Amino acid sequence: MRIAIPDDAAAIACGADAVATAFAGHAPEAEIVRTSSYGMLWLEPLVDIDGIGYGPVTPADIPAILAGDRRLSIGPIADHPFLARQERLTFARAGLTMPLSLEDYVATGGWAGLSRARAIGPAAIVDDVTKSGLRGRGGAGFPAGIKWKTVAEAASERKFIVCNADEGDSGTFADRMLMEGDPYALLEGMAIAGLAVGAMHGFIYVRSEYPQAIAKLTRAIEAAADIIAPFRVEVRVGAGAYVCGEETSLLNSIEGRRGEVRAKPPLPAVEGLFGKPTVVNNVLTLAAVPHILADGGARYAMFGHGRSRGTMPIQLAGNIRHGGLFEAPFGITLGELVHEIGGGTATGRPVKAVQVGGPLGAYHPPSMFHLPFDYEAFTEADGLIGHGGIVVFDDTADMLAQARFSMHFASVESCGKCTPCRIGAIRGRETLDRIRAGGRPVDPVERLPQIHNARPTARNLAEEVALLTDLCETMKFGSLCALGGFTPYPVLSALTHWPEDFGLDPERRVAAE
Amino acid sequence: MRPISGAEALRSSVDTFDAIIAAHRDRDGPLLPILHDIQATFGAVDEAAKRHVAEALNLTRAEVHGVVSFYHDFRDTPAERPVVKLCRAEACQARGAEALAAKAEALAAGRAVVEPVYCLGLCAIGPAAMVGTTPYARLDETAFARLVEEL
Repeated sequence: MRIAIPDDAAAIACGADAVATAFAGHAPEAEIVRTSSYGMLWLEPLVDIDGIGYGPVTPADIPAILAGDRRLSIGPIADHPFLARQERLTFARAGLTMPLSLEDYVATGGWAGLSRARAIGPAAIVDDVTKSGLRGRGGAGFPAGIKWKTVAEAASERKFIVCNADEGDSGTFADRMLMEGDPYALLEGMAIAGLAVGAMHGFIYVRSEYPQAIAKLTRAIEAAADIIAPFRVEVRVGAGAYVCGEETSLLNSIEGRRGEVRAKPPLPAVEGLFGKPTVVNNVLTLAAVPHILADGGARYAMFGHGRSRGTMPIQLAGNIRHGGLFEAPFGITLGELVHEIGGGTATGRPVKAVQVGGPLGAYHPPSMFHLPFDYEAFTEADGLIGHGGIVVFDDTADMLAQARFSMHFASVESCGKCTPCRIGAIRGRETLDRIRAGGRPVDPVERLPQIHNARPTARNLAEEVALLTDLCETMKFGSLCALGGFTPYPVLSALTHWPEDFGLDPERRVAAE
Repeated sequence: MRPISGAEALRSSVDTFDAIIAAHRDRDGPLLPILHDIQATFGAVDEAAKRHVAEALNLTRAEVHGVVSFYHDFRDTPAERPVVKLCRAEACQARGAEALAAKAEALAAGRAVVEPVYCLGLCAIGPAAMVGTTPYARLDETAFARLVEEL
């Protein structure tokens, strides 16, 4: 009997370690292995006994399961509808292999991409990645092939590959699962990128909130050092700054500076880490590369929708019944994801809003559930897919409170370099507090004879809303990076789609939609 | 055990600073790894540590202070009680984290410090928290109280 229990942080948080210990006690003859997670998080800890899944399992359930009790069984795991509907390329190994086993990695096609890359050479690698249509999975969606080509053509004695693993967006955990579950795939992708552009040194910048991922990567780098040589990789740990997920502030952080955003240009591809040409790619972008090289860019490009090619690891999160990792070709609709795959809310109440793309992503009402998951479609609808996180809220959500949180979050995490973000976020939070109060009375200071530039009258709700809209406009177009520039998305989308939560006439919504 | 005098404690912490700095100083961008190790060893990056690191890396004390104060992870003084980082980001909010956070301080009952964190990557199984490197998920008041009890 082979009993596989995930050692992913999500499974551990749900008690997987205690379950593994208890299985060892109850079934001493069984082979107990710790694998990666399938990504069906509502079932964690999901125990795989000879291909049959049981979950969520607690230590108390184990004697009954071993005696043949099937109440927690979901049947053969591979046939589960949540998995059967997916097209797993980046997450092909999820749930199946032991993350740090080189034997498992090789047996599932590991290093095939790197071998082919070494055989075909730099120009052909860049060509293949360009053909695949792979775009940056961190959020901006910039074509990976073009970025690589720029770095490859830059003349410099030192170049760097930087993996952005500062996955700070709420509702996203695909980077974490990949680093914990398939760390060699990331290292292989980085080694291929290094070959393509002529870089010998790579950095993985991981956020400090992911200690399990840091530990796995550190061990994987040791174990695979000879395989990826002469390329070498080191892990750098963040220190709790959300803004370091922005590529230029991430570079400053690795250099040992405050994580402040740099003005662009120069692009990191030309002047990046330590002023040298640098490829900065997200974990999922780099982890998609071994598959592209092994099977050819054309196959990867067969999947997808419009100009969004390949598959996207989508993360279903928040108040959702079947939350987890769902990798599918672009083009699947928001409604399918939330209702058919996610099973609606975990509380059983109606869906009120879904936030797509993390704390800087717009809130969408169910009337927009026809939107296909695609970079361009979401941009057109005043939103973004970001890193592919979908956070579901039920009808108890207060959208004014959510808008206020967006401004509050920006004020806590702003790097302080540019004024629209540093001051705008605080003014935004204050304005939303006044909207909550329905306006504000006249301020005594405004009545002073010395004050000439302020109107000595109270402000009503409509005037506060106009002020907020104006402020959002300034932040959107005046900020240096996406933190200040995109914070208006959740704020304005909440205002547009749920005016009644702001004390406004619901008719406003009809006009807006 | 013999009590350690103030001067001895100072000397031993200086030796530790030097050992940490020596382990990283030849790396590209050594400052953050050094600060992480100091924080892991002493529980904080205090004034003495900042001055020592600045001198060793040929930086000004202001430059080091600027970096230390920028990042949320670095503390001026060690936490007196275990720190429970409770996730307050949107995905956990959607699962009731705010209601839990409102009661968390009372549930911790002086045994732990409750601090906010924005996302632990446990977004489908929140409310989530982390103590040290141990993650916790599916927290409600009972589970949170038990978590604190077991610290």
